[in-house]
Amino acid sequence: MSGARERILASVRHSLQRDEPLAESIAAGLEARLTEPRPNALPALAEEGLAACFTTKLTAAGGRVSRAADVVQLAILISAHLSEFQCGRQLLVAPDPWLNSVPWSNELSVERRAATGDDRVSVAMAFAGIAETGTAVLLSSPDNPTTLNFLPEDHIVVLPETRLVRYLEDAWARLRAEFDEMPRTVNLISGPSKTADVEQTLQVGAHGPRRLHVVLVRDA
Amino acid sequence: MKSTAHDFKARARRALGDAALRRAMAKAEGGFVAKRQAAVAALPEWKELCAAAREIKEHTLQNLDFYLERFERQCEARGGHVHWAETPAEARAIVVEICRAAGARRITKGKSMVGEEIAINGALEEAGFEVLETDLGEYIIQLAKEPPSHIIAPAVHKTKDQITELFHAHHAKLGLTERVTEVPAIVNEARTVLRKGFLAADVGITGANFVIAETGSTVIVTNEGNGDLTNTLPRVHIVTTGIDKVVPTLEDANSLLRVLARSATGQEMSCYTTFSTGPRRAADRDGPEEFHVVLIDNGRSRMLGNEFRPMLRCIRCGACMNHCPVYQAVGGHAYGWVYVGPMGSVLTPLMVGLDEARDLPNACTLNGRCQEMCPMGIPLPELLRDLRTRVFEEGLDPPRARLALRLWAYLARRPNLYRWATELGVATLGWLGRRRGRFASLPLAGGWTRARDLPAPAGETFQSAWMRSRGDAR
Repeated sequence: MSGARERILASVRHSLQRDEPLAESIAAGLEARLTEPRPNALPALAEEGLAACFTTKLTAAGGRVSRAADVVQLAILISAHLSEFQCGRQLLVAPDPWLNSVPWSNELSVERRAATGDDRVSVAMAFAGIAETGTAVLLSSPDNPTTLNFLPEDHIVVLPETRLVRYLEDAWARLRAEFDEMPRTVNLISGPSKTADVEQTLQVGAHGPRRLHVVLVRDA
Repeated sequence: MKSTAHDFKARARRALGDAALRRAMAKAEGGFVAKRQAAVAALPEWKELCAAAREIKEHTLQNLDFYLERFERQCEARGGHVHWAETPAEARAIVVEICRAAGARRITKGKSMVGEEIAINGALEEAGFEVLETDLGEYIIQLAKEPPSHIIAPAVHKTKDQITELFHAHHAKLGLTERVTEVPAIVNEARTVLRKGFLAADVGITGANFVIAETGSTVIVTNEGNGDLTNTLPRVHIVTTGIDKVVPTLEDANSLLRVLARSATGQEMSCYTTFSTGPRRAADRDGPEEFHVVLIDNGRSRMLGNEFRPMLRCIRCGACMNHCPVYQAVGGHAYGWVYVGPMGSVLTPLMVGLDEARDLPNACTLNGRCQEMCPMGIPLPELLRDLRTRVFEEGLDPPRARLALRLWAYLARRPNLYRWATELGVATLGWLGRRRGRFASLPLAGGWTRARDLPAPAGETFQSAWMRSRGDAR
């Protein structure tokens, strides 16, 4: 329907009273706005310290935040999570190389792949954590399949503290610096799955994970 | 969805007598209003952030063609397909054709008001596809075969007991024979039933809260996670969205996100905000193989050029309806189409026709709360007044109303006559109602007295009371 495209754009231009293409000076301004994106107005952060701010916000939204000194403690914390919520011994871990060095307990059977409907727990790797809102930023890639973030009942996210930033705007700046293009999927995750569609009563565990557990790792 | 907006008055009357609706609406109103208020109170920069958000939208609208073309170019550079549809019929044809070409049978859907606007479900079902709504609220109303009654909470008009019975009627055949009566059990049962649907789907259709020119991405904002299972698991992901949803950059989307969730549900961020850019990449282990975006006009490009342009700033947060006394009294179904409350009373006449929806602009007390609550500062009462003017100018209102307006206009232009006539009227009514202080019925005032008494005037007009008090003051 290329005809529709032309007609819609013509109608837009007619409404803007612009029958000529954009003047060069205006087009250059718009171009600059796109190629050198700048943050707009930002709110002040609620408290000092990125980790503290992140923890307060995510906890308020129903997520859990733990802190591990290193990958050894990370493995222990994850084992404890599995026991606490009776998750069994199957653990689905993102193929991300950062997680290669985690010394998983021998009692666990660890698989590294995309998720299926049968996986109970997943461990995924965050690209960034946003202090402003307690949000984990996860990028899709062969190393970090998106299904890990939504199919399992328990979603454990590993977030090295060096990846904490103040605002989402800071995460975009890092993303542009590290990648040539947007990943297929960018997930901003700010709590466990929830719904209020029945009489406005908040209920956790709608279609996605019932629990979101972010582990901040200090030495990374 | 087919409009029944012409039937507004009768529907509103029925809604006012619906006890279950009264209960459901009473619960919802307090929740939405209090949550928004708390979220806004916790953010000292609220006004500044709203102003920034508004400025972004205005800038984008002023250069809409540029940003739409850039979005198209960037989306296609990442392997996506961009389709353009002038009308709902064109959009339906495009979506049905994509599903056919993909050899699809089962389709899952994330909540999309543009999907409702173009009535996509009916077209897909007619073409032989199985369509499953996956947002819990949308699923509930799909089972009930009803349209949404709120843009954020589509099943807000349903009570828990009604949902219990609805699930029992539809899920018993799936082996779930026990009645689920509490909220956790209701949500769990929906999770169980819909999970199978997610895993079996060939095509997933979502809307978009924003589309981003810089990156060619589409953005959805959800809490349940259903939108993500819809856009990740099936082979094909289709996004249906309006041309008004484009914003320049990721940073601009951030600024809009900061005001969206707070206005809608009182959250700082919804649980899941997801940016989708093209189909799965070469080595990816999951994600759709095809990514389509259908950009729909349906009257938007025309609004850009007239007094209704501010309406294109709307980010569909629902704050206007949550704070509207008319919406709270009659509920969303009375409005007769997809968009409800104040924003719906502006959009519906512009999208389905002023003649069809001529009563909606009058379903407003002009109290101004909607404009006050709107994060994008849309002058909704003003736009509704403009529509009232159009209705009168086009001669669409009933002869009796026109006659009354003409009579009033005649009087209003003759101050002495006006004063004399109102003094006479008020004195007469005051004398007639001197005993009971109100009227249970009155000639020509049936529209008022059918539902409530008319208070008798105190015997003096405002103008004469005003003159007297000014005289006293001197």
